[in-house]
Amino acid sequence: MLKDHAKIMQAFAAAGEIVGRKKLQKMIYIAKKVDFPFQERFQFHFYGPYSEELTLRVEELCNMGFLNEVKEKKGGYMQYRYSLTDEGMEFLNMNLVELPALEDCLTDMNSQNARFLELVSTVLFFDELEVEEVKEKIFTLKSKQKYTEEEIQQAYEYIESLKGKVVPV
Amino acid sequence: MAYSQEKLVEEKVFKDPVHRYVHVRDRVIWDLIGTKEFQRLRRVKQLGTTYLTFHGAEHSRFNHSLGVYEIIRRIIDDVFDGRPEWNSEQRLLSLCAALLHDLGHGPFSHSFEKVFDLDHEAFTQKIILGDTQVNAVLTKVSKDFPKMVAEVIAKTSPNKLVISLISSQIDADRMDYLQRDAYFTGVSYGHFDMERILRVMRPKEDQVVIKQSGMHAVEDYIMSRYQMYWQVYFHPVTRSAEVILTKILHRAKHLYKKGYQFSYEPIHFYSVFDENITLHDYLKLDEAVILYYFQMWEEEEDAILRDLCIRFMDRNLFKYVEFDPAKEYKKLSELSTLFTKAGLDPEYYLVVDSSSDLPYDFYRPGEEEERLPIQLLMKNGEVRELSRESQIVDAISGKRRTDHKLYFPADLLKDDSSKKNIKKQIRNLLDL
Repeated sequence: MLKDHAKIMQAFAAAGEIVGRKKLQKMIYIAKKVDFPFQERFQFHFYGPYSEELTLRVEELCNMGFLNEVKEKKGGYMQYRYSLTDEGMEFLNMNLVELPALEDCLTDMNSQNARFLELVSTVLFFDELEVEEVKEKIFTLKSKQKYTEEEIQQAYEYIESLKGKVVPV
Repeated sequence: MAYSQEKLVEEKVFKDPVHRYVHVRDRVIWDLIGTKEFQRLRRVKQLGTTYLTFHGAEHSRFNHSLGVYEIIRRIIDDVFDGRPEWNSEQRLLSLCAALLHDLGHGPFSHSFEKVFDLDHEAFTQKIILGDTQVNAVLTKVSKDFPKMVAEVIAKTSPNKLVISLISSQIDADRMDYLQRDAYFTGVSYGHFDMERILRVMRPKEDQVVIKQSGMHAVEDYIMSRYQMYWQVYFHPVTRSAEVILTKILHRAKHLYKKGYQFSYEPIHFYSVFDENITLHDYLKLDEAVILYYFQMWEEEEDAILRDLCIRFMDRNLFKYVEFDPAKEYKKLSELSTLFTKAGLDPEYYLVVDSSSDLPYDFYRPGEEEERLPIQLLMKNGEVRELSRESQIVDAISGKRRTDHKLYFPADLLKDDSSKKNIKKQIRNLLDL
């Protein structure tokens, strides 16, 4: 019960503070795509894979007092910081979810910038397409981000490095 | 004449309780409506188990899909046509995507998808791109046309303006289902001035924007979404029915995996249980099939499956209490132990249901670009995000309301013919 909430909390316990809603969305999506058992469903939106379920779950965790949300102005927009509270940690200790290697993967993702994670998540969203088709999609759909061929190559390498860290459950 | 341009000799009209008439003049649209994959949508209800709460809610995905098509047709033909920002070559693409946007929905959509980890959007893609009658019709337009339609529905098309017509925070999909669901449930929420909104929609670069003068009509639409969610979509009785439905499907799969011998073999479910469902198998599943099995399972030997099916078919649903996970999660653990001692498997008979279990997209101002917001077109030509101009929308998109309930079979807990003392303890904990 509340297992799906506990899994998201486990992600925060593993990653530490996560800055930015977009970054959080991309981290969970990438983790799910490399086989961590997150249940939230994602759809492609203008800015890449996005899950309304995840947004709602995070809001529930904030309302429960298990997650702390700090809203701050950054340039022309609002930025959100999330971290697990002591109450959240206590809940998690009673509802432990076994997710081997999650910490390693999420810590790594958290050290990347949101722009790169957006690229990685987009590559993963089109993972059934050939590489050339994926590039075409990125250059068309993400033209404003001006991703380069090198960055796309780095995204593929990064995905492989993450997959190498995942322990089959 | 090219197939894409072909018109019917006489316009066909469908009587519709929401839009009065749905008009079809394009041969392609008429042919798509006649395909077996589109006709299947008659057998998938738009609101799943809501009919157990609001008895009128028997309308189908078929009705809704025609409604979305009609709204898009009116926007294009009555508002966008002739405007320099609108490319009329996108008309047929937009109409087809609107008509087919829900094609992949399965029986009792959300619960079914959740239990079996399926995605209706992926099936929509497979139906449009696979060996189907829908694909045959679209391919007659051009070889690439099925892919173009599929990409608009998947929101991965380079044509973002068409995507935003069909799927954005103010789109034809929502405008139809809010009004249609309000009509069939009989509630007084969900109504707004759609005609006004259509009149103030404008194509601008890669999205649809709303003229500033139409802001109050949009406020009404946002309020309707909010009220319909809490009063209809997330109604606690409907959620109870969803909880039982979900548990039936889980139980059936669990029994199958254990090698249980069903009295009546669920052959339609085998590939779903084995996680290798084909498009052919998927299209065979509709709500009539699912309910047939539920009726057969009312006589199964397995007591849990039998009980849950009888509950669902006879509408003897679980009761609920408000639940605060932050304060009561220790109590939940205690209850779980007591349920087991009382002979009630908590996996099936003690269920927490949260608002995130039925995702609903509250209006998001897109503060971190997570969703594209509704943009108002100001008189000076600038665009401004809706909640910056509207105090009502700003208030409603601020702090979110969330909700959790605990569901259980109150009738079994009140039956003192066995485990009397344990059940009394449970009742005390639940304040029954």
